[in-house]
Amino acid sequence: MNDLLDPLLLSRWQFGLTTIYHFLFVPLTIGMALTVAIFQTAWVKTGKAHYLQLVHFFGKIFLINFAMGVVTGIVQEFQFGMNWSDYSRFVGDVFGAPLAFEGLLAFFLEATFIGLWIFGWDKLPAKLHLATIWIVATASILSAYFIIAANAFMQNPVAFTINEEKGRAELTSIWELLTNPVALAAFPHTIFACFMVSAGLIITVAAWHLSRNQHLDTMRPALKFGLWAMLVSGGLTTIAGDQLSLAMVATQPMKMAAAEAMYETSTGADASFSIFTLGTPDGVHELFSIRIPYLLSFLSTHTFNGTVEGINNLQEQYQTLYGPGDYAPIIWVTYWSFRWMIGMGLVHILVAVVGLWLTRKGKLPTNTWVWKAAIWSFPLSLGAMIVGWVFTEMGRQPWLVFGLLETADGVSPGVTGIEVLISLVVFTVLYGSLAVVEFRLIKKAAQTGPAELSEPDEETGKPLVHTTVY
Amino acid sequence: MDLTVLWFGIIAFLFIGYFVLDGFDFGVGMAMPFVSKDDTDRRVVINTIGPVWDLNETWLIVAGASLFAAFPEWYATLFSGFYLPLLLILVALILRGVSFEYRHQRSERQWKQRFDRMIVVGSAVPALLWGVTFANIVRGVPLNAAHDYTGTFFELLNPFALLGGLTTLLLFFTHGALFLVLKTDGEIHARARTVAFRAGLITVVVAAVFLAWTVLAYGTLPAFALAVGAAVTLIASVMANLRRKEGAAFTLMAITIGLAVLTLFAALFPAVMPASNDPTHSLTIENASSSPYTLQVMSWTALVALPLILAYQAWTYWIFRKRVTRSHIESQGAADSGSEATVEAAH
Repeated sequence: MNDLLDPLLLSRWQFGLTTIYHFLFVPLTIGMALTVAIFQTAWVKTGKAHYLQLVHFFGKIFLINFAMGVVTGIVQEFQFGMNWSDYSRFVGDVFGAPLAFEGLLAFFLEATFIGLWIFGWDKLPAKLHLATIWIVATASILSAYFIIAANAFMQNPVAFTINEEKGRAELTSIWELLTNPVALAAFPHTIFACFMVSAGLIITVAAWHLSRNQHLDTMRPALKFGLWAMLVSGGLTTIAGDQLSLAMVATQPMKMAAAEAMYETSTGADASFSIFTLGTPDGVHELFSIRIPYLLSFLSTHTFNGTVEGINNLQEQYQTLYGPGDYAPIIWVTYWSFRWMIGMGLVHILVAVVGLWLTRKGKLPTNTWVWKAAIWSFPLSLGAMIVGWVFTEMGRQPWLVFGLLETADGVSPGVTGIEVLISLVVFTVLYGSLAVVEFRLIKKAAQTGPAELSEPDEETGKPLVHTTVY
Repeated sequence: MDLTVLWFGIIAFLFIGYFVLDGFDFGVGMAMPFVSKDDTDRRVVINTIGPVWDLNETWLIVAGASLFAAFPEWYATLFSGFYLPLLLILVALILRGVSFEYRHQRSERQWKQRFDRMIVVGSAVPALLWGVTFANIVRGVPLNAAHDYTGTFFELLNPFALLGGLTTLLLFFTHGALFLVLKTDGEIHARARTVAFRAGLITVVVAAVFLAWTVLAYGTLPAFALAVGAAVTLIASVMANLRRKEGAAFTLMAITIGLAVLTLFAALFPAVMPASNDPTHSLTIENASSSPYTLQVMSWTALVALPLILAYQAWTYWIFRKRVTRSHIESQGAADSGSEATVEAAH
């Protein structure tokens, strides 16, 4: 009963659930805005009808998804103050600035130009209308940068001094804050992963239609685009991920040790990477594991004879630095989320390679299992994205701001357990039911397929202009 | 100039932007059942705000983030102290936002009715609760030495705050009806004018009582002057609507809302969150603000960004300046055939 009404525990669950939920929509918004912009550019340049069909088709899915991203985003901003007021008091001077930048420099652009794009088809010249979707795509990527810079401060606090009198961190250099090495590494990793998610959606949808032998003229080029986008963004995500793990080892070695569930400091061959472990991953009772020697050393240091610090060693160091306490995250969460992220990402890249081979020179595979596998593209890439964030955020625990503020000290002291329980239940029910509606609508839009364009205008020979009304 | 004063002004400006713009969105949502007779009417009403509701709501996100950055203590106290009202606002904004996008995805009557109700409720709840919230800020709430709210949810529902909520509800309702007068034609236009007039009369009475109460109990001389200004423009707006000067009526209403918000901010200044139990626990622009360096960085950003923001948003409103008509909606057919790609000839 005490646990049930513990504001800290409830607030953590609420923030975790609402953040994961919000992040189901964000990568698709970022990735699809760019995808739609590319298709629309192709249409404006070539005038080929199937590009316009793809714009409208994926545009519709993009917009169903976009609305959810917007409304669940407001919850995220409010929650810092509502549930984490002591955190807000402590970091507001530093952390607030990138959030305000995001609003002033990115959100307004995105929200204004998305309206112009949706409703401006018959009101703006074609090239200006094309510019609106590019502005939306750019603004969504820019907003991601500011958010990741804010998050990077929690992972690796930089550009601050502690004001003892006010009991808070104060910003010393906005430039240093925005060029936090963790932000510089996490941003490309996240953005390319967003493109993997949108490529995954395109592959899934195209494969579904092609396996039914329908909408060939639009879905063949869509599949080709999706597979290439997956391969390129998958490769770039991997490279950026490698850079991110180097930054992580330098700034949060405990997170890397927890990713491998490695208790003892190890060097060279001993710093192995286990693909799979049976038993308890707390390192005490290992029954069976498949290990690649040297790999963890290579991932952490880019040398095969590097030394990787273990959890026990780091725990001792942190106790000396920060006083008594448990400074390790929940190991089974970090261990498995790290593996699922990498695993799902790699399988997804494999899908792209195999898909490109099977569809070379305009071929279409006839095997049904190939299509069935391809349809898993979207859930795989979205899943990899989600567990990646679970790893990043859970791996930061017990810290809210690494080395400065523990999660338990950030919660709102004035908010009662009952209040948080109410909001947690409300969000769970609301988000749950909206997820059902959302999934059905996207599924229906995707399965209906691209609409045929009407005959071009007789006088001008140009395709007729599309208008949108609610 | 002291940057804390500048940021007090920018926060006031952002909330004015939010209430003036999302205010008419809320009003359009609330007035929808009063001005529509069938589904086409309702689609006309929704399409008047279709291209802009999202950018209007973004003013709230920017106001919230700026509050966080410029006055972290104010943000922390306000958002944690008003936990349940803000939760209700969030839920309402979520339901309203998805309803605009979901409503037209299917053609069944039940489906549409469900989202119509959500638009009405989702517009009314924030319209009421923002007034309750800001009235409570001006009135003052019990705070401890760490600036945490020590009262209960029900203490926030005091008569002054409820009257404040009723005032914003009515102001936004009338504002939205006047927006519909401006953006529609034919019968909806005529009904909207009547609705705006009737609502306007009630609004004048309620707003006058609330502003008088604010000025008498918490006011300063500037607050008094602003409140008088708000009352004058409100009456002028109702008169302009009566004389069918729709542009003037809407503009005057926008100014009224701006002046009313300024009245509250003027009554607050230099406090931002007065403590009703012990004045030494109050948050002011001094003890709630960020460091001078952060405010300086923020100031440069805001001073560059805000003129651009105003310019491209004004341009958007210019692009969508045409009235939304029934014939325009009907020519699109039902946007439910499973595809939005209703393609038609450009006029």
